Amino acid sequence: MAATRSLPAGLPAATPERRPRPPRRRGPLLPYVLVVPAVVALGLALGYPVLRQVQLSLQEFGLAQQFGAPAEWVGLDNYRELLGQAYLWKVVVRSLVFCVVNAGLTLVIGMGVALLMTRMSKPVRLLAQTGLLLAWAMPVLAALTVWQWLFDTQYGIVNWLLTRLGGDYEGHSWLLEPLSFFFVATVIVVWMSVPFVAFTGYAALTQVSEDLVEAAELDGANGWQRLRHIVLPSIRPVLLVVGLLEIIWGLRVFTQIYVLQEAGGVTRETNLLGTHIYRLGIAGGDFGTAAAVAIFMLALTVVLTAPYVRTMLRQEELDELEGTAR
Amino acid sequence: MARRTSTPARILADLVGLLVLAVCAFPVYWMVNTSLLPRNEIRAPEPTFTPLNGTLANYRRVLSGDAFGDALLISLAVTLLTVTVALAFGFLAALAVSRFRFRGRKGFIVTLLLVQMIPVEALFISQYKMLEGFDLLNTVAGLTLVYVASVLPFTIWVLRGFVAGVPYELEEAAMMDGCSRFGAFRRVTFPLLAPGLVATGVFGFIQAWNEFTLAVVVMTREDRRTLPLWLSGFVDVNRGTDWGAIMAGSTLIAIPVVVFFLIVQGRMVSGLTAGAVKG
Repeated sequence: MAATRSLPAGLPAATPERRPRPPRRRGPLLPYVLVVPAVVALGLALGYPVLRQVQLSLQEFGLAQQFGAPAEWVGLDNYRELLGQAYLWKVVVRSLVFCVVNAGLTLVIGMGVALLMTRMSKPVRLLAQTGLLLAWAMPVLAALTVWQWLFDTQYGIVNWLLTRLGGDYEGHSWLLEPLSFFFVATVIVVWMSVPFVAFTGYAALTQVSEDLVEAAELDGANGWQRLRHIVLPSIRPVLLVVGLLEIIWGLRVFTQIYVLQEAGGVTRETNLLGTHIYRLGIAGGDFGTAAAVAIFMLALTVVLTAPYVRTMLRQEELDELEGTAR
Repeated sequence: MARRTSTPARILADLVGLLVLAVCAFPVYWMVNTSLLPRNEIRAPEPTFTPLNGTLANYRRVLSGDAFGDALLISLAVTLLTVTVALAFGFLAALAVSRFRFRGRKGFIVTLLLVQMIPVEALFISQYKMLEGFDLLNTVAGLTLVYVASVLPFTIWVLRGFVAGVPYELEEAAMMDGCSRFGAFRRVTFPLLAPGLVATGVFGFIQAWNEFTLAVVVMTREDRRTLPLWLSGFVDVNRGTDWGAIMAGSTLIAIPVVVFFLIVQGRMVSGLTAGAVKG
C-alpha cells in the first residue's frame, strides 16, 4: 500500500552492523504449523493472482467472456497487440517521466530539508519536524481533497493568491490541461513524499562522523567540498535505497491520478500505467489486455528493483552464514 | 554534525525551516479552517483565514447523512479485521522465523522481501477476477483478504524484530522454574511483546484505513464504500462542490490517523531497527 510511507522491512542501509543470533531450536513440525496461516493467506491473495494474471494475459478476455463465453487462448496476441499500440508507449513514457520528475524533486527537496535541519536552531528544527510529521501523517485522500480545494477553480486560495499577485487566474481550471494537471499531481505527490526523505536523510546525517568533517575542514575543504566528498559519500547507502524506493513509488502512483481524473482531468491525456490498467480492465472489461499491461508493469518494477533486491538478498545470505558460523 | 554553523547560515536555515513548517502545515490548517466556516464565507471572493465565526454546521451535515455512517462501518469492519488477522498470522510466522530454524526459512524470508516490492496496480486486475470468482466483490471479507496480503509481509518482518528482541533465555529460565513451554511463552515472552504488537497493529490500522486503490477495485457498489471512497465521491466540479462538508469529512478521517501516527512513529522506527539488528 502506498498510503503510509516508511522504509520497507529489511532495509540494508539501516543495518550497518547486523549481528544476528542463530535461532535456537530445531522444531521438527512446529515452525511449519506456525507459518501455515501466513503462507496460505499470501498464496491465496498474491500468489494465485500472479498465476491467474499470466493466464489472463494469454487469453482473449473481453465483454463476451464477461457474459459467460469461455475465454479463448490467444498466446502472445495480447502482448503483440499492446506493443504495437502507440498509446501504450505514450503511457509508459509519461509514467517514466512522471516517476523520474517526482522522485527527483522529492529526493532533492527532502535531502535539502534534511541538510538544513542539521543547521537550524533547535526550536525551529522542532517546528519544521512537526510540520513534516503532520504532512506525513495526513491520509492520502484527505490530503488530496485539501489540495483540490486549494487549487479549486472558483474559490481556491491558489487562484486568489495568484490573481492578487497580478496574474490572470480568476476561474482558472488547473486540471483541464494535461501539463497543469500533472503539475498539480506533482505538487501533491511531492508534498506527501518529502517528509519521509527528510526524516530518513536527517537520521542518516546525524550519523556522519564529526571527526571526519572536521578533519576535512582543517585540510581546507570548503562547505561544498565537505558535502560532496565527505557527507554525501557517508550517507550513500541511505541515499540509494531512498532513491530507489521513490522511483518504485513514483512508478506506481495511482490514487492521486485517479482522484484528480475523477475531479475533472481528461482521462486519455493523463493516464499513467496504474490508471491505464484500471480503465482498460475494470472499467472497460478488457481483462486480457489489462492483464498484459499489468505483467509489463510487473516486469518494469522487477527491472528497476533488481539491484535493491540483490543487495537485500546478499545481506540476508551474510546473516545466514554468520548465523551458522556461531 | 550539528555544531559549527555560522550565524548567517543559521538564520538562513531557520528561515527555510519556517518555510517548511508553513508549506507542510498550511494545507492541514486550511482543511480544519474551511471545515468550520459557513458556506457563504467559503464561497466568497475573499478567503476567510480564521474560523472566528466558526460553525459546526458542516460536521452536522456530514454526520447526519447515511453515507458517512455506512462508510464508517465498512471502514471500521475492514480495518479491524485486517489488523486482527494480520497480527495473528504475522505473530505466528514471526515466532517461527525468529525462534526456529527450519528448511525453507530463508526462502520464506526472501519471499517476504520480494512481495513488498510488488505494486498493487500490477496485480489488482487478477485480484478482482479472483474475488469475482469467489463472489467476494463488494464484501468486507473480500477487501480484508487483499488487505491482509498487503499488510502481512511488513507485519511479519517487524514482529520478527520484536520477538527476537525478547531473549530466549528468559523463557528458558521460566521453564526451569517449572513452567511448560507454552506457559513460559504466555507468562514471560508474550507480555514483553505486547507493546510491539500494539505498535505493529496501529501501523496496519493506518495502512488499511487510508487504502484507496484496492478499495476502488473491490468495492464497486455505491453503498459499499469505505471512507476514502466516500470522500473521493464527494468532490464534483460539475455541480458546485460542497467544500465545507468535504473538509469536515477529511478532518474526521484524518484525526484518528494523525493521532495514531504521532504515537507510533518513533516506536515503528525502533521496531524496524530491532528487526534489522536482531534477525
